[in-house]
Amino acid sequence: MAILSLALKSLFNRRYTAGLILISIALSVSLLLAVERLRVESRNSFAHTISGTDLVVGARSGSINLLLYSIFRIGDATNNISWKSYKKFAEHDLVKWTIPISLGDSHKGYRVMGTNQDYFRYYKYGNKNSLAFNQGQPFEQVYHAVLGQEVARELGYQVGEKIIIAHGAGKTSFTMHDDKPFEVVGILEPTGTPVDRTVHVPLEGIEAIHKDWIGGRQVAGLKISAEEALEKNLTPKAITAFLVGLKSKIATFRVQREINDYRKEPLLAILPGVALQQLWDMMGVAENALLVVTVLVVFVGLIGMLTVMLAGLNERRREMAILRSVGARPAHILLLVTGESLLLSLIGIALGLLLLYSGLLLGQPVIESRYGLHLPIGIPSMREWIILGLVGTSSLIIGLIPGYRAYRYSLSDGMSMRI
Amino acid sequence: MPQTAAILLKDLRFGWRKNLPEVLHIADLEVPRGERIFIGGASGSGKSTLLALLAGVNLPTQGEVRVLGEAINRLSGARRDHFRSDHIGFVFQLFNLIPYLSVLENVTLPCRFSHLRRQKAIEAGGDLQTEAMRLLTHLDMAHESLIHRPVTELSVGQQQRVATARALIGAPEIIIADEPTSALDSDMRQAFLRLLFQECDDTGSTLLFVSHDRQLASLFERHIALDEINQADQEGQ
Ligand SMILES: Nc1ncnc2c1ncn2[C@@H]1O[C@H](COP(=O)(O)OP(=O)(O)OP(=O)(O)O)[C@@H](O)[C@H]1O
Ligand SMILES: [Mg+2]
Repeated sequence: MAILSLALKSLFNRRYTAGLILISIALSVSLLLAVERLRVESRNSFAHTISGTDLVVGARSGSINLLLYSIFRIGDATNNISWKSYKKFAEHDLVKWTIPISLGDSHKGYRVMGTNQDYFRYYKYGNKNSLAFNQGQPFEQVYHAVLGQEVARELGYQVGEKIIIAHGAGKTSFTMHDDKPFEVVGILEPTGTPVDRTVHVPLEGIEAIHKDWIGGRQVAGLKISAEEALEKNLTPKAITAFLVGLKSKIATFRVQREINDYRKEPLLAILPGVALQQLWDMMGVAENALLVVTVLVVFVGLIGMLTVMLAGLNERRREMAILRSVGARPAHILLLVTGESLLLSLIGIALGLLLLYSGLLLGQPVIESRYGLHLPIGIPSMREWIILGLVGTSSLIIGLIPGYRAYRYSLSDGMSMRI
Repeated sequence: MPQTAAILLKDLRFGWRKNLPEVLHIADLEVPRGERIFIGGASGSGKSTLLALLAGVNLPTQGEVRVLGEAINRLSGARRDHFRSDHIGFVFQLFNLIPYLSVLENVTLPCRFSHLRRQKAIEAGGDLQTEAMRLLTHLDMAHESLIHRPVTELSVGQQQRVATARALIGAPEIIIADEPTSALDSDMRQAFLRLLFQECDDTGSTLLFVSHDRQLASLFERHIALDEINQADQEGQ
């Protein structure tokens, strides 16, 4: 169309300012899309922190609290579960598998979790993914350890490394179980879940390092060496929590009720999916704040465009008069000036998409390996198209402002040459 | 069929705004086709205003403006804009060119808005570029070094010649020139006028030439002093 080709040429004539506007729009649009994609994917991956588990069971407290310490290794359990109670439900008719979890110790700030080999068999995350080994294999002996990917990467550990477990959580724990070192026998693939930040050891290992401890203190004089401990009965008396997989999902509520109504010990069973959703909703405020900020960034980009367009308008009144003299209608002038803004923002959006995809192509492997977050490089989602549509529409509306002013000028000036 | 006059004004009145004094009141003015007319008058006497009325950019408060037989004051805004692009070519005083278009694009600009002039130009030259080049050659502006230069780098006289080629392309019946020579020195002025006359003769166009340079008036077939035919009170001016 004649007018749009004029608009393109006029923009090209001002290519340095136009280029700057383009950069700001492209950057802000790609930022907005990147935030949106990260938001959707992290919500997705968060909702899939754990999958395939029907119930999470711990001592009675709040469900978010239980989820936080058992799955996210944040905070501490208020109470333990007796081994007897655990055994009772582990052998329940409707239960297919259980994974015991024993927490409380740490290694250089990373939580140590006691469990058994069923963990490697049944634990699932994401889209029903099982844990996979990057190096080595599951633990087989009492003093074996399997590291999450981040632990191994951050601390530079390889299979064969000997590590010392500290009593209690936190980086600054001074009491060490240094008489009973553990050997790293396996390192897991990244999962993008708290598993990456966990040191896994057998339940018996946790029991062994606490054999000469009573009530959170090493008992003086009661020194039991690593070898001596192996001779003792290493069945734990209590664990922190356990995960349950049922034979049939239909039984979920029934088993949940049975656990919650268990007389001999106050227990709490939660559905992880529901609790995860509640937790995400609590964090939703921050998520929305981020989105609002990026929307504002796009808006600032468009306002920048408006400023430049309006500032240039007065010195273009002569150009408008010439166009009028060769037969342009005021509507053409409106179309020309609005078209320039629209072209700028459409090219900006296209560049933004280009930027997003090149960023994704470059960043995807890094993000996947470091954070276990898989960012798909597929075509924009419906939501993203809507976002782009809204950016386009707002730029059209914003572009109408200088367009309308030029229209008014061309009506009042006619062919008379101002300036 | 008798040829209608190029321009016919009847009892024309015009004021810029209601509360401002009337700028123009012309009882009767007729310009036959093909004539070359000089319109003189003091600064502020309303010469440019009259041209805007003839072009249909502004509408008279009263009276009739007939251009080529068409009462343009009765046309809709869109039809007036269309009529202007079909039948009138313009040259202004200074900085006549669109800075972001090339010399050739500037010359062919009216053809973007007027189908008629586009067709006439193509008939005359075979295609738009050739016709534009033909006009530029006549105006001695067809050098390779000039054609490809940004129009903002051309001298004033060169810009005026490009603008003239633009006014002439597609052979509009009326050429309106509003002080096109005021920025030129007297030698250039003469040369420019010769070229303009020649082109108007070739196409049979009517030329309306506005200037306050009375020396030029003698070169024209007819000379109108706007102050004399304008009956509007000028006491406020
Ligand atoms: N857009 C406008 N709005 C209001 N008044 C205007 C406008 N344009 C011109 N005028 C007024 O109309 C009168 C005639 O102006 P016009 O431009 O037609 O004069 P002119 O004869 O072309 O003068 P010059 O030789 O200086 O170009 C002047 O008093 C001017 O102030
Ligand atoms: Mg004037």
